[in-house]
Amino acid sequence: MTVFLQQLLNGLSLGSIYALVALGYTMVYGVLRLINFAHGDVYMLGAFAGYYTSRLLHGHLGAAGGGLVEAGIILMVSMVACAGVGMLIERLAYRPVRRASRLTILIVAIGVSLLIENVAQMVFGAEPKFFPQIIPEKRFDWAGVVFTNQQILVLATAVVLMIGLTLFIRRTRTGKAMRAVAHNPDAARLMGVNVNFIISLTFAIGSALAAAGGILVSLNQPGIDPLMGLMTGIKAFVAAVLGGIGSIPGAVLGGLLLGMAETFVAGYGSSTYRDAIAFLILIVILLLKPAGLLGKGQVEKV
Amino acid sequence: MKTKGNVRMKKSIATLATISKIALGLAALLALPLAGCGKKADSNEILIGEYGALTGSIASFGQSTHKGITLAIEEINASGGVLGKKIRLVTEDDQGKPEEALTAVTKLISKDRVSALLGEFASSNSLAAAPMAQSSGIPMVSHGSTNPKVTQVGDYIFRVCFIDPFQGQVMAKFAHNSLKLGHVAILRDVKSDYSVGLADYFTQNFVAAGGAIAGDESYSAGDKDFNAQLTSLIAKKPEALFIPGYYTEVGLIARQARRLGFTGALLGGDGWDSEKLWEIGGDALNNGYFSNHYSVDNPAPEIRAFVEKFKAHNQGEAPDALAALGYDATRVLVDAIRRAGSDKPSAIRDALAQTKDFPGITGNITLNAQRDAVKSAVVLEVKDGKFLYKETVAP
Repeated sequence: MTVFLQQLLNGLSLGSIYALVALGYTMVYGVLRLINFAHGDVYMLGAFAGYYTSRLLHGHLGAAGGGLVEAGIILMVSMVACAGVGMLIERLAYRPVRRASRLTILIVAIGVSLLIENVAQMVFGAEPKFFPQIIPEKRFDWAGVVFTNQQILVLATAVVLMIGLTLFIRRTRTGKAMRAVAHNPDAARLMGVNVNFIISLTFAIGSALAAAGGILVSLNQPGIDPLMGLMTGIKAFVAAVLGGIGSIPGAVLGGLLLGMAETFVAGYGSSTYRDAIAFLILIVILLLKPAGLLGKGQVEKV
Repeated sequence: MKTKGNVRMKKSIATLATISKIALGLAALLALPLAGCGKKADSNEILIGEYGALTGSIASFGQSTHKGITLAIEEINASGGVLGKKIRLVTEDDQGKPEEALTAVTKLISKDRVSALLGEFASSNSLAAAPMAQSSGIPMVSHGSTNPKVTQVGDYIFRVCFIDPFQGQVMAKFAHNSLKLGHVAILRDVKSDYSVGLADYFTQNFVAAGGAIAGDESYSAGDKDFNAQLTSLIAKKPEALFIPGYYTEVGLIARQARRLGFTGALLGGDGWDSEKLWEIGGDALNNGYFSNHYSVDNPAPEIRAFVEKFKAHNQGEAPDALAALGYDATRVLVDAIRRAGSDKPSAIRDALAQTKDFPGITGNITLNAQRDAVKSAVVLEVKDGKFLYKETVAP
């Protein structure tokens, strides 16, 4: 029973990472119907921005507030930097092809992703770096089931962001404008919505989320490298599709499910075929519910 | 109709001519830089090619090796070179990836026209490149690939290190006799020939010695989350974990294992040998032991001399086993060139096969009929960021 609970917790912890990254995918897709393949790479850039900021800060702050002050600054810097990168990507790569065919946009997205990965390998070096333990790890042992403050932080952030984003999109004027752009950009423009601004903003928020994800995950698993966004990006994308791409609660649900599927397959089945079996489960779910678990059933031309 | 046909014919001939002109032009363009770069060693140089992971997740291996090789070549050239010629090293980065290793070696052989090859450390990368060296008839000396399959590729492939069946035996004996362990669980990297092989040899020897394998799980290089496998392994209450992987993953695995409450010993092989190991794993690695090719603490005078020379060349950095192996591999190769009396690849190969009792930093090197070195291994303990010498195990 203890082992089962521990595996459940492992799954939740892994899944919350996917959920956090999946939020950004789903948000950009929801507004633009664009799969931003560079999202995983922005996640990586977020982790590196955090790494270099913490090296700059190191020793200047001490252990003020249990590292929370430093963590807060690093998080802010990295989120702002990545929001900028996200807007830049949109402006330079996606905006020129916005009216082109979907396939063109998809290829551009893949190109941007490869470009970031390779430039990052040149700039940061390809060897893994150790992400500093800004928030000291606290270990809780609850009747043999072990978890840490960092794991809770990742899960809590994913849930809080999910609620925050949903409220933002449903309740605010800007959120309303986003929904309008998602529905019909031309009509939205006629109604006085600044479509370019809204799309830029969507990318900024999505990329800031990725940066937050990159930092929280690196706290938990402190080896970072320029290709770290590759697999996480793919898994998060799958999580977003599983939950129903475009649906914000769906991204979180999909992430958690994927994490648990992987963990239970590795823990109780065969760790060698972990990804294969986990993805098989996903294929079966998508065969039964093509729009994803919480997605709206609509015909989509890709 | 006829004229039309003729015109069409002429047109197509004209097109053909244009195409062939363009093709010729392209060929000439391509050939030019090739001719320029293929700078065949001028007669007073011998070219040696090195391929290794200078970047990527095992970059520490390639970097250390490169420093060892460079030191050896500088020394040889400073003392007049070999056969009256200087050695020139051509280095290619394979990013630690098998497919890149093959590309690197192909380039070294066909473009740079090297006389011999040095590399790789990771067995999967050596295995990817070795068939190319073999079919081109260029001798290749691996300094640290311990998987037995590497030299089985063919008679041009050599290594100056021991092989995994021996390394597995060393750790199995150490776990059973010195640490008095009876139950060990294994976590192996399924993507790596080295890791899978070493895990199997450890299992064979440990079971033969009377121990039991409590569990056997796997991961893939590049994974960051090992909690699922570790939870199910720890539930089987092993006394130690055998993790025959490379340092990046081993560091993360150690961390997560300790977090899950595992307090037993952590065991591994020469893939642990990197300063990065401690940087990533930290305190979690205490009570860790791994087999290695040499110990930097060895008091033997020739090893002390090597350590001092290396430090003087590398801003005080101490040489790890990779650096020592790179140094040895280079000197074994140059010794073979000297004995061959020629830089012809086939002559170098024949001389390499005769290598006997070469005094290396990592032990006396004799290459057997399988072109493997027969040498002793050391067991090191990881303690507060240092690798402490525990014992030497002879073959």
